[in-house]
Amino acid sequence: MNLIPNWMHRLASPPTFYGFADRLLPWLALVSVVLLGYGLVGGLALAPADYQQGEGFRIIYVHVPAAWMSLFIYSFMAGAAVVTLIWRIKLAECVLTSCAPIGASFTALALVSGMLWGKPMWGTYWTWDARLTSELILLFLYLGVGGLQQAMGDPRAAARACALLAVVGFVNVPIVHYSVEWWNTLHQGPTITKFDKPSIDASMLWPLLSMALGFTTFFGYVLLQRVQNELLWRERGNPWVVGAALAAKK
Amino acid sequence: MEAFVAVLARELRLAARRRAEWALPLVFYAVVATLFALGASPNAPWLKVAGPSILWVGALLAALLSLERLFRGDYEDGTLEQLFVSPQPVSLLVAGKLLAQWLVIGLPLTLMAPLLGVGFGMGAEVIGVLILSLLLGMPALVLTAGFASALVVGLPRTGVLLPVLVLPLVCPVVIFGAGAVRAAESGAPADAPLYFLGAILVLCVCGVPLAAAAALKNALD
Repeated sequence: MNLIPNWMHRLASPPTFYGFADRLLPWLALVSVVLLGYGLVGGLALAPADYQQGEGFRIIYVHVPAAWMSLFIYSFMAGAAVVTLIWRIKLAECVLTSCAPIGASFTALALVSGMLWGKPMWGTYWTWDARLTSELILLFLYLGVGGLQQAMGDPRAAARACALLAVVGFVNVPIVHYSVEWWNTLHQGPTITKFDKPSIDASMLWPLLSMALGFTTFFGYVLLQRVQNELLWRERGNPWVVGAALAAKK
Repeated sequence: MEAFVAVLARELRLAARRRAEWALPLVFYAVVATLFALGASPNAPWLKVAGPSILWVGALLAALLSLERLFRGDYEDGTLEQLFVSPQPVSLLVAGKLLAQWLVIGLPLTLMAPLLGVGFGMGAEVIGVLILSLLLGMPALVLTAGFASALVVGLPRTGVLLPVLVLPLVCPVVIFGAGAVRAAESGAPADAPLYFLGAILVLCVCGVPLAAAAALKNALD
């Protein structure tokens, strides 16, 4: 019967979570700085230039982690949405609504960095390639969740509406992905093909993985701060918020 | 089942009394298609190529604009609350409303499309596929838009929010719908995209009434 262990219940209470986040934040920041620092130095300076793409390939160190994050955050958001709908945990609502703008930013970053990469490599900023198109639609899905949340007044009703939309969107993402792939393969001959990725060398791979992990911890860092803000705003007037504000002042 | 039929009959009776509700989307659809033709140079060859896309998106927008108020009237006059206090499952009643919406708005647009298709130089066979694709795709659109309008039912003004919510969700429907017509135009068999449309429709029929009922419940809480 007891699907959620007791410690989770306690952690889900706003004041406990606020304190927990406060303790976790510096660690996340530290880990992010180390991972991103190593990834950037390793990727931008130490790794050799690609034999085909030259120095231009280094965009991969921003582009690929951002694209990964765009999908990861959507899944994460859908998970929070399911928790919101089933258990109505306030914290999950905050996580869900805080995910949307961060996810949209990563998606936009993936799209923009991809366009900048596409110009020198493919000769065009944009092509209606299956992956590009599904990423663009993913951005629209994120913006829809954000727009819905902004439009609704009551935060709890807004969060549950967003949760429904996120779950429906999550079901839809694979359908969109495969339909776009089908559309593209039917529609367009190989005028601009994706270059064959050479199996990547370790000196290029490690910085990439480090960047990906660093992006994830950075996401955790931003998410926790956003959730903290959301909790403070929602619980304003509660004694613990006053206490937290006083503690922050010191 | 009786409750389902009762909701359906009520919606149809209301629509019969307000003719503008189903007639105006048709006019909108025709005007949009005409504007596309006017935007091109007269009888431009690309118009024939873009025909499936224009006809599909036009039908989609026409349906969307009229679906914004799908639950609004019922929300304002309390009918929605009555649905919730009734002993029947709300998703069933919502399904009745959505079916009525398809009959009132989706079906006329589907029947209108062949007329416009002639204007875009489609042959008889292509028009057959166009009708089939809209028959399968339009209900899926109406269902998805119904879910979105249930989400925003409590808001005073939704404006462009509803299309922003719906359009990314219905990308696959447009891809397969217009794709089927394009396949027919190029002489290829169109059954694969039509099957996909059918699959999407089945998924929508099963899932959307539940999701829409949950969204309405959220708005009433």
